[in-house]
Amino acid sequence: MTAELGHFALTLALGLALLQATLPLYGASRGQTALMELARHTAFGQFVFTAIAFAALTRTYLVSDFSVAVVVQNSHSLKPLLYRLTGVWGNHEGSLLLWILILTLFGAMVSLFGSSLRETFRARVLAVQAMVGAGFLAFTLLTSNPFQRVWPPPLDGAGLNPLLQDPGLAFHPPLLYFGYVGLSVAFSFAVAALLEGRVDRAWARWVRPWTLAAWAGLTAGIALGSWWAYYELGWGGFWFWDPVENASFMPWLAATALLHSAIAAERREALRSWTVLLAIIAFSLSLLGAFLVRSGVLTSVHAFATDPERGIFILLLLGIATGGALALYAWRAPAFAAGSPFRPVSREGALLLNNLVLATACATVLLGTLYPLFLDALDAGKVSVGPPYFTATFVPLIAPALVAMAIGPMLAWKRGDLAGALGRLWAAALGAALAAGAALAYGETLAALGLGAAAWIGLGALVEWAERLRLGRAPAIEVWRRARGVPRAAWGAGLAHLGVAIVVAGITASQCFQSELILAMKPGDSAQIAGYTIRYDGTAQVEGANYHADRATLAVLRDDTPVAILTPERRFYPVESQHTTEAAIRTTFLADLYAVIGEDDPEAGRTVRLYHNPLVPWIWIGAIVMALGALASLTDRRLRLTMPVRRRQAAEA
Amino acid sequence: MRRLLFLVPLAVFAVLAAWLYLGLGGDPSRIPSPLVGQTVPTFAVDGLATADLEGPALVNIFASWCVPCRAEHPLLTHLAAEESIVIYGIAYKDKPEAARAFLAELGNPYRKVGFDEDGQAGIEWGVTGVPETFALDARGVVVFKHTGPLTPETIRHDLLPALAR
Repeated sequence: MTAELGHFALTLALGLALLQATLPLYGASRGQTALMELARHTAFGQFVFTAIAFAALTRTYLVSDFSVAVVVQNSHSLKPLLYRLTGVWGNHEGSLLLWILILTLFGAMVSLFGSSLRETFRARVLAVQAMVGAGFLAFTLLTSNPFQRVWPPPLDGAGLNPLLQDPGLAFHPPLLYFGYVGLSVAFSFAVAALLEGRVDRAWARWVRPWTLAAWAGLTAGIALGSWWAYYELGWGGFWFWDPVENASFMPWLAATALLHSAIAAERREALRSWTVLLAIIAFSLSLLGAFLVRSGVLTSVHAFATDPERGIFILLLLGIATGGALALYAWRAPAFAAGSPFRPVSREGALLLNNLVLATACATVLLGTLYPLFLDALDAGKVSVGPPYFTATFVPLIAPALVAMAIGPMLAWKRGDLAGALGRLWAAALGAALAAGAALAYGETLAALGLGAAAWIGLGALVEWAERLRLGRAPAIEVWRRARGVPRAAWGAGLAHLGVAIVVAGITASQCFQSELILAMKPGDSAQIAGYTIRYDGTAQVEGANYHADRATLAVLRDDTPVAILTPERRFYPVESQHTTEAAIRTTFLADLYAVIGEDDPEAGRTVRLYHNPLVPWIWIGAIVMALGALASLTDRRLRLTMPVRRRQAAEA
Repeated sequence: MRRLLFLVPLAVFAVLAAWLYLGLGGDPSRIPSPLVGQTVPTFAVDGLATADLEGPALVNIFASWCVPCRAEHPLLTHLAAEESIVIYGIAYKDKPEAARAFLAELGNPYRKVGFDEDGQAGIEWGVTGVPETFALDARGVVVFKHTGPLTPETIRHDLLPALAR
């Protein structure tokens, strides 16, 4: 009964979405308030009915109702409760329902917080949001119904891929979807603005908080995914330029560009039509990601069970949403007046540079991801584009943006003083030179560039704060007064840039200074890595909730003093008949000692792989700092939608 | 002229969408083998060489470190024992003693086994991943290739018909 209730609720949500996608648009063009107001209520209704459907699906998992097809395919009665719960979105159908749940949640939030929006504009935003919603609801109901029954019900389910039975991955999709789908709001705002033929400062100010929230979710989601890959896949890497990773990285790059260009659009009415275009592109890349993962055009370790029929449907959605929006753009955007002029060396100029670099980098990733597909379509043979392509193109492209990142925030609007900005950044330049010099002393040129850039950006962010507060040049009381006056958005921006610096340092150090050791060990054997002695004390059999494991005991010694015990595992999940490796990681937050075990050979011993990864934890710490920066910006009063518009504060000049 | 500039995103997207549509038809896990329709490549490894192969037969590329190989092994045993099909094995990038232990544990369905420790024969055969299975006809021409573990369906629908032709 629960499954039918869910199916029914989902159908009702589709009905409401169809109403919301049409009537308010008609109302907005005819000035009929009642039809426009309808959208505010249907937006809540859509969310409530989707939530009922999601709750119904969750219940079928929790009680292990094996008469429902997706539960049979993805669950098992022996599976721990947490993974029965997260199994809801661990497959195509359920994850689609989660996607729609978040989409309708954003629609309801626009309705709730949108009281300061113009009536016609709000109606159009909600109508566009509902068009996207209707598309995905129809997709689910027509091709991927999660409430499909099976008869006769089997005795037990097939289980969930053990790689996915992991707390890190359990919460990776909700965060990531929050980001993907959050960009739909920026998309709806852009299309509504094109429909109205009006993009002003207020528009940019409304778009920013939604984009910030989505960007924070994307950042955290991508970081969580890469952390999972790091400790679960067991080869010490954290980013593989896999098509599915790229599918999440491209919207992130576009959203980062959008965040920055929206600042210029808000403050100076510059880059307005470009900002609208970015908002369309960012969400289109989310849709493209959904297409790549679910259609089967590319193979990937993370791809869902794929089906060409579903692929056609998503491609159709993508064609209507993106094609329609871009056609509207080609028609309406030429009428937007150009913004106020600015010199190349200015805050606007720096934001434009940021946008150029990010857009090019995004295009590079897109090309690399789709290239195998292009060749296949031309019947020119099979290729796979790997990390060497991305490192060779992406890294040099992004480098100038890293240098400009510290300078941009120091420049004034309209016309900046480059010499003055560089002069004030002397401390950052000194720090960068020291970091680069230290790396060169180890003979690593690449590390010198990376660590130098990290120090430059990080110290640059600190210098910018110090400048704002007149730290060291004004009395303490004055500094305190200024600190309270600095807008949250400025704290947030600095924090986000600091986060980037931390990530860059982490990536550089882990790539350049990693030590790796692969050997066969017998109990009592020892190995040396990065100043540690690792002694293998043997392997024990342990029983987990739904797996058997070989658990090795590795004693970590430094100068003959034991500092830690590492217990990497090799697990076997009988239900799925699959092996997984569980890495054991000891972190000091400056470096990770990472151990995984392989098979046991009666003669040679057990295969043990040891890694020493310097600064690897900084990658995830930096991502968290970036997301916190976005959250700090979100609390800025200027971005609070219900607050009256305030004039720019003196401290920001 | 300025209006045309604003059409560029739409045009780029149209090309992209058309390409994605074309890409939908293909199956990315199906890797075409240039060997199909050709005689077997020249190779020689410890235990097996081109001259040893007598069709009709199967050539199965396996490795002891490969879990899917373990999964398909009972099917190979069945083919050799029940269907009297000749199967040659190539242990790809594997230590000979590990491969022998693998066969000692699971049974040996192969008429002959070659030990391709450094993956040299794998290059000649165009191996993209283990397991892989090639079917040869009586003239020693490759008539079918399957990447990944064999399944009862593949054997029934593709492999046996290819051998029978």
